[in-house]
Amino acid sequence: MNRFVYLTDVVTLELDVTKCTGCRMCLVVCPHAVFGIENKRAVILNKDLCMECGACAKNCPEGAINVKSGVGCAAGIINGLLRGTEPTCDCGEGSSSCC
Amino acid sequence: MTSYIHGEIETPVGPLPRIATKWTHLDRWGALKTRWSVGRMKYRVRPGIYAVGNPDRDSRVFVTGNFKLSFDHLRRNLEGLNCWILVIDTKGINVWCAAGKGSFGTKEVVRRIRIHHLAQLVDQRKLILPQLSAPGVSAHEVRKMTGFTVVYGPVLARDIRAFLDAGLKASDEMRQVNFPLFERLKLIPVDIFYGKQYMLIVPLVFLALSGLNPQGYSFDLALNSGWKPVVNLFSGYLAGCALTPALLPWIPFRRFSIKGVVTGWFVAVPLLLAGTLGISLMEKVSWFLMMGGLSSFMAMNFTGSTTFTSLSGVQKEMKTALPAQIAMASLGLAGWIITRFIFI
Repeated sequence: MNRFVYLTDVVTLELDVTKCTGCRMCLVVCPHAVFGIENKRAVILNKDLCMECGACAKNCPEGAINVKSGVGCAAGIINGLLRGTEPTCDCGEGSSSCC
Repeated sequence: MTSYIHGEIETPVGPLPRIATKWTHLDRWGALKTRWSVGRMKYRVRPGIYAVGNPDRDSRVFVTGNFKLSFDHLRRNLEGLNCWILVIDTKGINVWCAAGKGSFGTKEVVRRIRIHHLAQLVDQRKLILPQLSAPGVSAHEVRKMTGFTVVYGPVLARDIRAFLDAGLKASDEMRQVNFPLFERLKLIPVDIFYGKQYMLIVPLVFLALSGLNPQGYSFDLALNSGWKPVVNLFSGYLAGCALTPALLPWIPFRRFSIKGVVTGWFVAVPLLLAGTLGISLMEKVSWFLMMGGLSSFMAMNFTGSTTFTSLSGVQKEMKTALPAQIAMASLGLAGWIITRFIFI
């Protein structure tokens, strides 16, 4: 299948296999098929396809997954730089535009 | 105006609105407007529980955000079913973005389950959430706090029927997000309006500057040749925010900023031949710098609309791209202004 790949070797995704119980939740929530199962435990198959959305880490009941998640968005990063905060889209009440 | 509400249904928690599953022309018009950024942030549904068909205590519960386009896509795909929709407050933002920001999150889902008395409305204890809400929702925590089990449905509402038929299972294809041409084209209008606050003032400044010449200032010159820089600027802008997204997979390089330089220069070539980039070499080079820089910035901005760019990746790209874009645009601008005084 034709897949978009962004920059390689930058993603912060980490999986601690020793904590994994093989519940498959990470496979369910991942929008880019980053995970697979080997020997009844999760493995990272396609790390460079990860977009760091954080769904896997958030839904891992064992806390076996770590990823620095955030908005992969240039405007959001500039917003963060200007305000001295983490990258953030300007989507609060009263803002005029958002993704 | 809530044309999608068709009456009420009596329930153990009081009367609840029953909604239509078919779109009317109002829904289609609203969808079109919001794609073009018109009233996009006000296109909302009131949070709460809605009935589809004749649901009862055993009916399924679908959860979505209160961006009306999200709600509309969901209800359109529930035609002929008897079920409940729980709309949570995502401030009018779509499911995926809201999940990324946390407003479609565990806390809001739990809060809505409680304030709308969902546990009194239904006996079954499953909630179907869109898969793309998972970056904000922790399924095991919702269960711990409310007793409801979160089941993640497919990415797209149109796969809901197949998901239900398969016994609440989504196929691998339904779980993956692609980014085909049509999806990219739909996002272009919003990106075009990204710079709307500058769309009048910047062209006017360039129009005015066009009147500068070695003899001083000429209004005639500004009026007669001032359209050229305006054409150049808009071309560079659109190369970045329209052409780059449309041709994304076919433009070489992975970095969006470099893709943007490619498309910016690609549209500059016909303008060079048509003569709008000016006559002297310095003026032409200046326009290549400005158009490349502008297109590069707008293309990089499209990372916010894609479905696959990571924060770490965008940060890495921007570290070098942003200074380069600023340098290109300022050098180009300075070069162009200098040519006003040297050459005619």
